[in-house]
Amino acid sequence: MSVTLALVVGGLTSVGVYLITSRSLTRMLLGFALLGHAAVVALLAAGGEAGERPISGDAPVDELSDPLPQAFALTAIVISFGLTLFLLALARRQAQLTGDDLVEDDLEDRRIALETEAEGDDA
Amino acid sequence: MTSLIGLLVVVPMLAAAIGFVAGERQWVRDILTVGSLAGATAIAGILLAHVESEGTVVLRVGDWDPELGIVLVVDLMAALVLLVAMATILVVQLFAIGQRRTAWGADPQLSGPLLLVLTSGVVLAFLTGDLFTLFVAFELILVSSYVLLTHQGRRGQIRSGMTYVAMNLFASTLFLVGLAVVYASTGTVNLALLAQRIPELDDPLRWGIGLWFLVVFGTKAAIFPLFSWLPDSYPTAPTTITAVFAGLLTKIGVYVLIRFHVLTGMDDLGPLILTLSGLTMVIGVAGALAQDDVKRILSFHIISQIGYMLMGLGLFTLAGIAGAIVFLVHHIPVKTVLFLVGGLIEEREGTSALDKIGGLAQRQPLLAVLFALPALSLAGIPPFSGFVAKLALVDAGIEKVVVPIVVIALANSVLTLVSMVKIWTGVFWGSGDDESATPIRILRPGHRLMVGATAVALVASLAIAASFGPLWDLGERAAADLLDPSAYIEAVVS
Repeated sequence: MSVTLALVVGGLTSVGVYLITSRSLTRMLLGFALLGHAAVVALLAAGGEAGERPISGDAPVDELSDPLPQAFALTAIVISFGLTLFLLALARRQAQLTGDDLVEDDLEDRRIALETEAEGDDA
Repeated sequence: MTSLIGLLVVVPMLAAAIGFVAGERQWVRDILTVGSLAGATAIAGILLAHVESEGTVVLRVGDWDPELGIVLVVDLMAALVLLVAMATILVVQLFAIGQRRTAWGADPQLSGPLLLVLTSGVVLAFLTGDLFTLFVAFELILVSSYVLLTHQGRRGQIRSGMTYVAMNLFASTLFLVGLAVVYASTGTVNLALLAQRIPELDDPLRWGIGLWFLVVFGTKAAIFPLFSWLPDSYPTAPTTITAVFAGLLTKIGVYVLIRFHVLTGMDDLGPLILTLSGLTMVIGVAGALAQDDVKRILSFHIISQIGYMLMGLGLFTLAGIAGAIVFLVHHIPVKTVLFLVGGLIEEREGTSALDKIGGLAQRQPLLAVLFALPALSLAGIPPFSGFVAKLALVDAGIEKVVVPIVVIALANSVLTLVSMVKIWTGVFWGSGDDESATPIRILRPGHRLMVGATAVALVASLAIAASFGPLWDLGERAAADLLDPSAYIEAVVS
């Protein structure tokens, strides 16, 4: 695994994690896209050194790239594409309902926490 | 026999595709969903009988070498859990058909086919013999669950859906990176080959892989401290969907956790897993005690029960893992019944908040029975299945002399009972005069089907208690196959 690939994975991951800690769903979406890229690059790096394109007959077998991680990466890309669309739809629905795309607090949870605090004060 | 395995994955998927385009023709969808789920249950039964007598069955998709291609493996553990899971989804679908004309029902045009996609993913997750197909199976399950959870587009659903999607997406990404690490260090993602190669890795790498996948599968299983998405999102979905999620989704996380960590010999992680299991039990039940809504209490119980299964895994002994498997089998129907009863309560009273309901035992004695039996089972009162499953785990804990976890497990049973009593007094006792004048509804035609489906699931869970002897034998054999994976490796590789 080359140092460049490792650095790219690290960079993408750190920016991605920073973005998904945001409350805005659109930012989270970008964060997940970057994290997905990081995972794909990691998968490619897992395939070892790059060689010729893995089509049988093009080159001797031991000079080909490992095709398996590439197949993994391709599947992962398709899945993350679908999920990105779903997140966009979710953000759109949230914008329709509340006017923005921010993740809200769990009201039921807040209510119970407040009640407990109030009981604590009484005692 | 191997072609049956393929059918299990393909048939629900095809039926789902037809169901999506069936448009207004609801009867087509009903026949497809019930038919394919009943078929899947039957196939699972046949497979269990076959595996029990003949040993592990392996399907190599496309006849590829297992190092490269996809393999589906039906061993005893997979067949056992698969049968319970398929039967549970079938019952829930019958409930859904009874419920769909009510305001609480899910949109039948979407939920039926999506449930089938989910089923297909569940089958794949139980049977897959390699980590990457497991990733795909998780995505199938999660994508359909995202849509099932949010498809009504209500505010609470969208809000909790965001947390749910974000947590699970993050775990999926971690899964992918973990796959890269596993592939780079062993050159395969096939579980049978990993069972050979991971124990040979250097300690730091082996530990790293074990911990990494503990986080990935732990998020799906909702173990402490990765459970925050669960109690928030489950109560907002329609009953039938919550019932399937509660019964199955987290259990798939536990299932793969058991499979991966036992097959690859991660015994060193035992103490850590035991600690996490104790915390999961305590935090889950504490959360349940604080809540005052039926569905939310039940959601927190899922978490505390996950702790028990984790305890069996953490012991890494034959009795412990057999206990975890048996607990899994007991838990799926019981939890589903409880959520279905929660749905019936909501259906009748218009709410599931404890302080707005009361006196249901007088007006609906049948509902009270349907709730009381699985609730006692969940708390671990003899002679129900929960008692024997917990007894098995506690016994395994005593055998390995891990006193703290045994004490926590027993104390936790009492607390579970206390929170069940809370639901009981809130919902079923009292005169019902103090409620905010909810009109008593007239039973709808579908009501009988809903109650019937719930009753069937309850009878099934009672049958588990009655046939515990043979079940325990199966669990022990399944655990032995996991602890000594040579038979599994033999079946897959040669």
